Amino acid sequence: MLRLKNINTCYGKVQALKNISLHLAEGEIVTLIGANGAGKTTILNTISGVTPAAAGEVVFSKQQVASFPPDQIVKLGISQVPEGRQVFKPLSVEDNLELGAYLRYRSREGKSAIHADLERMYTLFPRLKERRKQLAGTMSGGEQQMLAIGRALMAKPKLLLLDEPSMGLAPLVVQEIFRVLNQLRSESGVTILLVEQNAKAALKLADRGYVLETGKVILEGSANELMENAEVKRAYLGKDKKEIWER
Amino acid sequence: MNRELLKFLAFSAMVLAAPLYFKGGYLMNVLVFVGIYTMLAIGLNLLLGYAGQISLGHAGFFGMGAYLSGVLTATYAWNPWLAMPLAAAVVGVVAFLIGLPILKLKGHYLAMATLGLGIIIYIVFNETIDLTGGPSGLSGIPYLELGGITFDSDVKSYYLVWSFALLVILFAVNLANSRVGRALRAVHDSEVAARVMGVNARLLKVQIFTLSAVICSLAGSLYAHTMTFIAPASFGFNFSVELLTMVVIGGLGSVYGSFLGAALLTLLPEFLRAAQDYDIIIYGALLMLMVMFMPGGLVRGIPDFFKMVIKGRRGAGNA
Repeated sequence: MLRLKNINTCYGKVQALKNISLHLAEGEIVTLIGANGAGKTTILNTISGVTPAAAGEVVFSKQQVASFPPDQIVKLGISQVPEGRQVFKPLSVEDNLELGAYLRYRSREGKSAIHADLERMYTLFPRLKERRKQLAGTMSGGEQQMLAIGRALMAKPKLLLLDEPSMGLAPLVVQEIFRVLNQLRSESGVTILLVEQNAKAALKLADRGYVLETGKVILEGSANELMENAEVKRAYLGKDKKEIWER
Repeated sequence: MNRELLKFLAFSAMVLAAPLYFKGGYLMNVLVFVGIYTMLAIGLNLLLGYAGQISLGHAGFFGMGAYLSGVLTATYAWNPWLAMPLAAAVVGVVAFLIGLPILKLKGHYLAMATLGLGIIIYIVFNETIDLTGGPSGLSGIPYLELGGITFDSDVKSYYLVWSFALLVILFAVNLANSRVGRALRAVHDSEVAARVMGVNARLLKVQIFTLSAVICSLAGSLYAHTMTFIAPASFGFNFSVELLTMVVIGGLGSVYGSFLGAALLTLLPEFLRAAQDYDIIIYGALLMLMVMFMPGGLVRGIPDFFKMVIKGRRGAGNA
């Protein structure tokens, strides 16, 4: 469904991604793990067109999309949940969700379809329904994260790009978010590319994963393989691996 | 949306009834200006209050509308009703073409670029003497006429200008509550997040800049035809700043706030005449106090003030 081939992305003169190649099949959940500055967010931003690649190919549903602007990408069915949630704080919860469907208002499906999806989000996240008229900026971090996910889903994406949904949230809230992602997969079969610091939770949810270091893919494999990999254990899972640590 | 309609109807009734109360007189003339400035402030507010993009050059678009209408009708004897939409279209095209490069700038840099734009337009008015009459102005602009009525008295001008102003208000309120209004506020809050939601932020900013300029141009045409004389001094940098003050004092992101701001800044100097030489000092002090104690502008400050007074009274009654 999505394939990146030899992607190179730069911020000014700094090269953030070096020959990144990866792929996602339909219905898969794939996770990118790696330390800060490894290039995880940059990969998502390259796919969504926010920071276009300097070289390389992005192929989505057999279409070359590397040079597409973000609104075209959304139209094709890729929706991003940006890092740090980035909900529109001065807007109400409902306005935020409706903004997620921005491009759909012009399509032929009509307002009733959008309305039905709004209700679907409220069943998925009952908290949002309670707070539909509240300003997004006044909600807790976890609620904002749910809103950010709901907002992205309102675009009816085929592929969801999730950037660190667990960032800065309490463990119980993180559990809740991952529970919803699991539910999403079983119910709607949406494909997810998940960037996470919380490697353990991510690998538990995902089918496959890529490990990044300083802009390169250093490992790839099924989630189980990665979870058992000694290097991944040492660097990203940490806990209970004292014997490796102190070798 | 129904509440918005009620608000609009109540406001329209107030506007239409005002002349009965003032019975002609000098204040009617001032209220004509309030109408023109309300249009201008709303135009700028769509850009600044909703989309979060500053402009220090909007007096230039106001002036372009006025001069295009003025020159076409006074010098070339065009029909004013033909000149007005043409002026708006020309200003719209100019704003779009200029907006494309300069709206890539943000914050202070955008302020500088629009400031420069306003100054350039002002210089053109001053220097193209053959066309505009230069610093001494352009006179002989005809009044507007419609179905045998010539809008030459204050009361007639009042109804003319306020019909346009009400249309602009209705349009702006609708826009603000639409999907586009939502997108504008989203761009204001976080451009990147808006873009990944599928909002073409760059184009949307240019479009709202253009729309804002067109509204200012219409106000300019009306200004030219009600004043029948225009001079560059009305369209300089000072006036851009005054417009900005109206929007901020009235309330960013509020259509009726723009009316309050325009009304206050136009009426206040008239009332302060009584203070003679001290009027400017009092005017400045009042503006400072309002910005300090009503950071949300008049539109949010006035209700808050009354709530405070009522609460205070109740508190005193209980004690």
